[in-house]
Amino acid sequence: MATQTIEFKDPAARVPQLGAAASEEELQDIQGDKLVLNMGPSHPSTHGVLRILVEMDGETITKAVPDVGYLHRGDEKIAENMTYNQFVPYTDRLDYLAPLANNVAYVLAVEKLMGIDGLIPLRGQYMRMICCELARISAHLLGLGAFAMDVGALTVFLHTFIEREKIYNLCESLTGARFTTSYTRVGGLTRDCPPGWVSAVRKFLNEVVINFDESEALLTRNKIFVDRTRDVGVISKELAVDYGLTGPNLRGSGVDYDVRKANPYLVYKDLDFDVPVGSVGDCYDRYLVRMEEMRQSVRILRQCLDRLPGGADNASREPVSIADGKITLPPKSKVLTGMEELIHQFMLVTQGVNAPPGEVYFGAENPKGELGFYINSRGGGTPYRLKIRAPSFVNLGILPAVLPGHLMSDIVSILGSFDFVMGECDR
Amino acid sequence: MEFLQYLSPSTQFVLFSALKIFAVFGVVMTAVAYAVLVERKVSAWIQNRVGPNRTAPFFINYLPVIGPFLVRLGIFQPMADGLKFLLKEDFTPNYVRKVYFWIAPAITVIPALMTVAVIPFGSTLGTEKMVIADLNVGILYTFGIVSLGVYGIVLAGYGSNSKYPFLGSIRSSAQMISYEIPMGMSVIPIFLVAGSLNLGDIIRYQAEHGWMILKQPVAFVIFLIAAFAETNRLPFDLPESESELVGGYHTEYSSMKLALFFLGEYANMIASSAMMVTLFCGGWTLPFVTALSTPSSSILIGLLHIGVFFAKMALFMILFIWVRWMLPRFRYDQLMDIGWRRFIPAALINIVVTALVVAFLHD
Repeated sequence: MATQTIEFKDPAARVPQLGAAASEEELQDIQGDKLVLNMGPSHPSTHGVLRILVEMDGETITKAVPDVGYLHRGDEKIAENMTYNQFVPYTDRLDYLAPLANNVAYVLAVEKLMGIDGLIPLRGQYMRMICCELARISAHLLGLGAFAMDVGALTVFLHTFIEREKIYNLCESLTGARFTTSYTRVGGLTRDCPPGWVSAVRKFLNEVVINFDESEALLTRNKIFVDRTRDVGVISKELAVDYGLTGPNLRGSGVDYDVRKANPYLVYKDLDFDVPVGSVGDCYDRYLVRMEEMRQSVRILRQCLDRLPGGADNASREPVSIADGKITLPPKSKVLTGMEELIHQFMLVTQGVNAPPGEVYFGAENPKGELGFYINSRGGGTPYRLKIRAPSFVNLGILPAVLPGHLMSDIVSILGSFDFVMGECDR
Repeated sequence: MEFLQYLSPSTQFVLFSALKIFAVFGVVMTAVAYAVLVERKVSAWIQNRVGPNRTAPFFINYLPVIGPFLVRLGIFQPMADGLKFLLKEDFTPNYVRKVYFWIAPAITVIPALMTVAVIPFGSTLGTEKMVIADLNVGILYTFGIVSLGVYGIVLAGYGSNSKYPFLGSIRSSAQMISYEIPMGMSVIPIFLVAGSLNLGDIIRYQAEHGWMILKQPVAFVIFLIAAFAETNRLPFDLPESESELVGGYHTEYSSMKLALFFLGEYANMIASSAMMVTLFCGGWTLPFVTALSTPSSSILIGLLHIGVFFAKMALFMILFIWVRWMLPRFRYDQLMDIGWRRFIPAALINIVVTALVVAFLHD
């Protein structure tokens, strides 16, 4: 038998082509005196599996090409093959640092499609807002800690994790899961909060503000931290809008756009809170905006807890879900005794909630930015097409415009200040 | 000890030097191991954690109260760590430049250990001076040896034949070379004041006239910060910078070769702390106590001197560790900026001013 030699190309040789080096001259440059560095997909400061092809002249970046998709799971396609409620657990895995907020944003989109978004009982709406803001604090705490760790301040990370642990404990007693909460359902919530939960949240709020101050004491006026972040990764107002940035990254650039204020959903319009806005658009501004947003979230949470219909332990038995058997599951006790409830239960479990044909887009202010769901329905229990507008994905698109001209060390500050999650970016 | 007197002076010298070398080597190695433990414990306390608390050899169960206490302190952790490093697979990637890759860790460790030779870590024990080599150009020797340490890191980056270590080693060579200059210049005023390059003489001067840290605070600050940069510790740990360079020059290393780099880093920290104690904080002396500020007459006082020296050194080590867990990291250009544009002018001005004052006082 004749032996056959198969020629494998050196994987490193493909690198310059990937960088979209079109002209001959440019290619010469890359091979000549520029260093092409492959950052990621497994790299400590890319927060997951982002890959950036960096072309450097010495330590200065001349070109950066982000390469996403290493965590692609086809969530949008998966959504087409299951009922609306079955997709809720998949939203946990989008921005896995704020699963509660994703759950809320997704069911709000479905409810908008069904035209029942005004019918959710007030207690349910307040509970959803509490979920959103708890998730925001949790996500921003992690973003802050990871940012600090990227620029070398290792202690902040563990300090923020102490508070996140408390949030996870709250999630656990609320939903039964610490991480994959899957708390919402179309038309309401899986359950009301357990007794004593509201006072536990109040206790947490009193403790977390102390932690904010401690983290700020370590960073905000720290000369090294300020030097590392101020005037680094500056995004002008125009650039931020051009690239479709949302969330703290957009507000850091000085654009006063918060979905909670611009298109209020739930009952955000009844609440009193401020939207912090940066002035320069550098990493430091984005850091300050996140710090202030956490304090505002605490403010929102306190108002929500005070106004929660039914009070802390729901003495007046306020519902949290729509009591419509065609949308939410009927109480189990009645399913086995009443004919109508049995039919509702059967239809909901096998067919899912029946959405009308049509298309709808709903965007919610998530910790990372505007998380949008576009649903195209042709009627029935499953969407015909579901598109997720992932804020992390859109925010990362600006990297090729921001990174060039900065130093190698600035990549980590900029990536840290962007605070993205690859689970959401790659979907 | 009668027989010692019948030996020739040169034989005595060799014998005692060998003894001191083994003793110092053993102490430094143990100190390195336990510095790692202290680092882990202090960082744990700073970060609201517990730290290593469960490494227990089999015999510890037979000690009733003290055993569990030692385990909770993590006393046995360094042994487990050392054993782990020895037993790990020593993997050499096939794209490295083998000779340099193998030599580099050794080149990092050897200078770090050699620096300790000229440090007077006590006054006298019997008739023997507590310094391995009582050189009259001690400090010049130290700087000469310390600058060799950078070769290990540069060779590690070059030998690894990989981009991240390469970047780390470039940074490191630039950083260490630029911080040696202000470091070297910051000690010149001390020699102007003390009038000697011998470290023993400098300690004697401080015992009589007060510590250098009070007379030369500027020099101390420059030396301290340059020491952080020289040892690649956190505000200046650019060569390693975990978050961007994935470990920098030692990315490709594993097993004992990796451990040698850590050993070098901690040995350097110990050497720098010892230098600071000697140059600025009076070495083995303590002010206001006569027995502790004059060369000892008895073995007991001699041991006490050694204890004082190590206590002061431990304080500096804790400072090194504390700073690491509190501060972010500088950027490469900021680091060079501080070195060249702030410290070197400051050190130069300090030299000129000190020289003028010394000259004026002498007339």
